Amino acid sequence: MTDTTSQPITPQNKRNVFQQLELDVRLLGMIGAFIILCIGFNLVTDGRFLTPRNIFNLTIQTVSVAIMASGMVFVIVTRHIDLSVGALLATCSAVMAMTQTELLPHVLGLGLNHPITWIVAVIVGLATGTLIGAFHGWMIGYLTIPAFIVTLGGFLVWRNVAWYMTDGQTIGPLDSTFMIFGGTNGTLGTTFSWILGLIATALALMVLWNSRRAKLAHDFPVKPVWAEIVMGLVVSGAILGFVAVLNAYDIPSRRLERMFEAKGQVMPEGLTMGYGLPISVLILIAVAIVMTVIARRTRLGRYIFATGGNPDAAELSGINTRMLTVKVFSIMGFLCALSAVVASARLANHSNDIGTLDELRVIAAAVIGGTALSGGFGTIYGAILGALIMQSLQSGMAMVGVDAPFQNIVVGAVLVAAVFIDIVYRKRVGAK
Amino acid sequence: MTTPKELRAQGATPMVEMKDISVSFGGIKAVDQVSVDLHPGEVVGLLGHNGAGKSTLIKVLSGAYQMDSGEIRINGDKVEITNPRDARSHNIETIYQTLALADNLDAASNLFLGREIVTGTGLVNDAAMESECRKIMGRLNPNFRKFNEPVSALSGGQRQSVAIARAVYFNARILIMDEPTAALGPHETQMVAELIQQLKAQGIGIFLIDHDVHAVMQLCDRASVMKNGQLVGTVNIEDVTDDDLLSMIILGKKPGEEAA
Repeated sequence: MTDTTSQPITPQNKRNVFQQLELDVRLLGMIGAFIILCIGFNLVTDGRFLTPRNIFNLTIQTVSVAIMASGMVFVIVTRHIDLSVGALLATCSAVMAMTQTELLPHVLGLGLNHPITWIVAVIVGLATGTLIGAFHGWMIGYLTIPAFIVTLGGFLVWRNVAWYMTDGQTIGPLDSTFMIFGGTNGTLGTTFSWILGLIATALALMVLWNSRRAKLAHDFPVKPVWAEIVMGLVVSGAILGFVAVLNAYDIPSRRLERMFEAKGQVMPEGLTMGYGLPISVLILIAVAIVMTVIARRTRLGRYIFATGGNPDAAELSGINTRMLTVKVFSIMGFLCALSAVVASARLANHSNDIGTLDELRVIAAAVIGGTALSGGFGTIYGAILGALIMQSLQSGMAMVGVDAPFQNIVVGAVLVAAVFIDIVYRKRVGAK
Repeated sequence: MTTPKELRAQGATPMVEMKDISVSFGGIKAVDQVSVDLHPGEVVGLLGHNGAGKSTLIKVLSGAYQMDSGEIRINGDKVEITNPRDARSHNIETIYQTLALADNLDAASNLFLGREIVTGTGLVNDAAMESECRKIMGRLNPNFRKFNEPVSALSGGQRQSVAIARAVYFNARILIMDEPTAALGPHETQMVAELIQQLKAQGIGIFLIDHDVHAVMQLCDRASVMKNGQLVGTVNIEDVTDDDLLSMIILGKKPGEEAA
């Protein structure tokens, strides 16, 4: 089959600016909705919503749900569901809390805040999450128990395994190194944030450039040069703007004083320091990049989407869909554990109710982000944006002073409305 | 080149032999002690009513179903086919009646599904796959343009050509076509008929499952007829008429036999 009569590549008649930029209209809609939401809250709260401080807090509050939402995309794309993520997070958090406050310091006699404590705790936690996820996947893939049932069972089991392990007590304070994953206790500072921001910008521009070169190499149509430049500017602006905002949030002076005291130094008069990028946000960004690469550029990702689109076709193409299910749920379990690191470090302890209702937030984030429950469609960035929208809505309402019951009513209504809008949109553009 | 007929006359080893194949589903014998074979460059039609067991028989060969008893020989060697990957490794390709396309993926992704071209770092090479896809579609269906859209956006004929491209791209030696023209218009049906002639000329053996006796008479060298899971008989197309085949399908009797 080495005939060389190739199909001619038809120049497409680009109709408008958006098409020339080859932007995802759906993504634009979500970003638009997010911006309107932010500006709206900002007006109502007299400018308190869009302050560096609030944006910083919003960001670190979103991380835990966003990490799990990116895994939930794969689960939902393969036509499954995971109702146990909040409970699994609790179990992983409990395992890690017990490892760092009981097992290592007392049972193994390493004492508190030993330098290896945090890494051992994290590894144990991640292994626990991955194994439990794999176990769920095995029951779903090989024993063919529906995912809804397996994870509904898991929801009860893991929530209460966590309770049993900790006797329902709050376990803390956690290891001091471990807590850098929480957000405020672990940021890069302004200088490193700028350096990282510049590196990220350079990498992003390189990716854009390489994808254009790859297309040209195969004589595929490319965007006009001006469109590439606009894209490059928007991406650079977004990355550096984000860094600038997080750098602009100064560490409160009392806290700064305590940090100097802890090192046995005296704080120089009038010193201010910005927080910069939290490490938890870097973890989220890393997860987003890795998950996106898996989704788009690996066989695993291709098989996940193919199986979601047509499980029979995937099976007939020689894809081991059972093993695939195990892999997808292992990834989900791993990400639950990673979220548990971030969530418990942020709270500085393990509490019995950690991760409660997270399963619903995570599913909602993925679905608002455009993951179709019928399978086959979904994006990682959509899910993360979905998580950000949910969190903004919730903390914005809290800031405005909306009563707690109304907050939940609004969130629930927004979820249903978002899915409806998505259905209408998909019908319009003729996609499935 | 020796024709399939001469090969059979010489007693050459067939490229595929399925011997005494039985498959049951929950106590019902879907396929009962059926034997068929196939020589290079030969088209063997499989005929029968819905539920006669022809699709089940052929899914044993393509690895989608497991047989309960019987054996499969490829070029005389006994082989184990327990999943679609095994079948593909013996150069057996299948065009399913349902086409087995992932609707949410584009043509190139479907063409290479399960056999992606990867770069040195193990990532899928979409550009290379699309370029290969354009080449093969240029031969099979020169009017095909929708390379960057999910196959759900394609017409029945276009989807069919993606499924056919997938079967012939990977140097198939043995091709199974399960009602390849069921969803097609007259023009596209003609295209498939021409393709079958081309593939035959390349020495590819084809099992063609079809309802349409006329199409079988036109395209096949031999026909095996099944009824209620059993093989009624295998006949040379040259020796029979449409009516003979019809009575095999409907009454389950071979030409020359008296009606029971």
